[in-house]
Amino acid sequence: MALTQADVLAGLKEIVEEVAGIPAASIELDKNFSDDLEVDSLSMVEVVVASEERFGVKIPDDQVTELKTVGDAVNFIVKASA
Amino acid sequence: MSAQRRVVVTGLGATTPVGGDASSTWAALLAGKSGVRTLAEDWANTIPVNFAARVAVDPSEVMERVELRKLDRSEAFAVIASREAWKDAGSPEVDNERLGVVIASGIGGVTTLLDQYDVLKEKGARSVSPYTVPMLMPNGPAAHVGLEFKARAGVHTPVSACASGAEAIGYAFEMIRNNRADVIISGGVEAAIHALPMAGFAAMKALSTRSDAPERASRPYDLDRDGFVLGEGGGVLILEEYEHAKARGAKIYCEIAGQGLTSDGFHIAAPDPDGIGVQRAIKTALANAGISTKDVVHLNAHATSTPAGDVAEANALRLALGADADHVAVSATKSMTGHLLGGAGAIESVFLVKAIQDRLAPPTINIENLDPAVTVDVVRDKPRALPSGDIAALNDSFGFGGHNVVLVFKSVD
Repeated sequence: MALTQADVLAGLKEIVEEVAGIPAASIELDKNFSDDLEVDSLSMVEVVVASEERFGVKIPDDQVTELKTVGDAVNFIVKASA
Repeated sequence: MSAQRRVVVTGLGATTPVGGDASSTWAALLAGKSGVRTLAEDWANTIPVNFAARVAVDPSEVMERVELRKLDRSEAFAVIASREAWKDAGSPEVDNERLGVVIASGIGGVTTLLDQYDVLKEKGARSVSPYTVPMLMPNGPAAHVGLEFKARAGVHTPVSACASGAEAIGYAFEMIRNNRADVIISGGVEAAIHALPMAGFAAMKALSTRSDAPERASRPYDLDRDGFVLGEGGGVLILEEYEHAKARGAKIYCEIAGQGLTSDGFHIAAPDPDGIGVQRAIKTALANAGISTKDVVHLNAHATSTPAGDVAEANALRLALGADADHVAVSATKSMTGHLLGGAGAIESVFLVKAIQDRLAPPTINIENLDPAVTVDVVRDKPRALPSGDIAALNDSFGFGGHNVVLVFKSVD
């Protein structure tokens, strides 16, 4: 079953808050993981693995570098779940 | 030849089983309080020893969750104690290229290693934390402190089991003396209270098994001592070149005047019963410091409460100092803190600095019957006043592998 963009954004906010300590309220689609949310390359690995578990999708390593913003990640996950 | 660079202590930090900082730890020691408790974890009842000395203030009480999740517990101890020590030193202004870090650990991030191995087995490789390696590496505590304070003169981690913390301070001392740095954040930490290391120490019969009275279990020099009690935490000292400290008007606690390092070449774990390596370390340290045996008034002993080690060390002190051992007040603070392995030499150096400042030797608790083989003057139950005037004090630290480190601290006018 495909996930909605709202479902994924809500879940991703919780994951980023857990990993990087950024309050969920300040996590928006246009935020850049490294520049705005202090998610460095190692933390990004945690975000990716937690997202795979939570949303039941695979995010291949070669795609991770393409996920610059929260919106990029949400779109990728929504498509992957379809 | 220009005059020898002198090294002084200008800041202290600690997180220990009896206090969350250096001053509360020192107050608890003077009051003779034990930090040893029965462990609450389920695994504690699956191994032969179910007690240890956890830190009095858990890192989660003083650090943010997000910061902590990327740090091994030993790294958290290093960061906590370093922040305190740095602040205590007055947050010195120093050229980053003249600022170093030397922080040791005996075992490194062993709880991270074991926890992540559980993750690997239960959930697979992809779930292993990307922070596993930076958290388990033994240089992690030093590296994190180096990052926080942007130290660029060198970040180092000597490893010599239970002598590591003292060796780190000795290494830092040499860095300043040899003009590699002006300020060093130095010390030692350990966070190894976990089923595996405890089972390993228990298998060596190194741990006390006095489960019915854990607070009474660590009893250096007592006739019925039956092993050490594992503790956790760490201590940090800010070492600074004397002229640098004076120029900025820093509070100067005391001077580190010298060190002696030797090795036994005897056994992987047992101490040389004649304590020859320890005697050599004491003599070397005093010569290195240019101090006479007459000036030594206090020893914070390694004394871990093992049957063989305590007597071997006491004999070595007696043989190294001769009749001058009579005026050395010997304190075994592991009777209260437990044994912090790589953190031990560091917290005990913090205690020596406080002892010189307050002119008080802390007590050794839990001696019911002093072992008659111990022929040194042990400070029992209550603190003892140290003389006024110029004094010197020693810190002994020894480690599995036959490592002997002796540091010499002395008062500054």
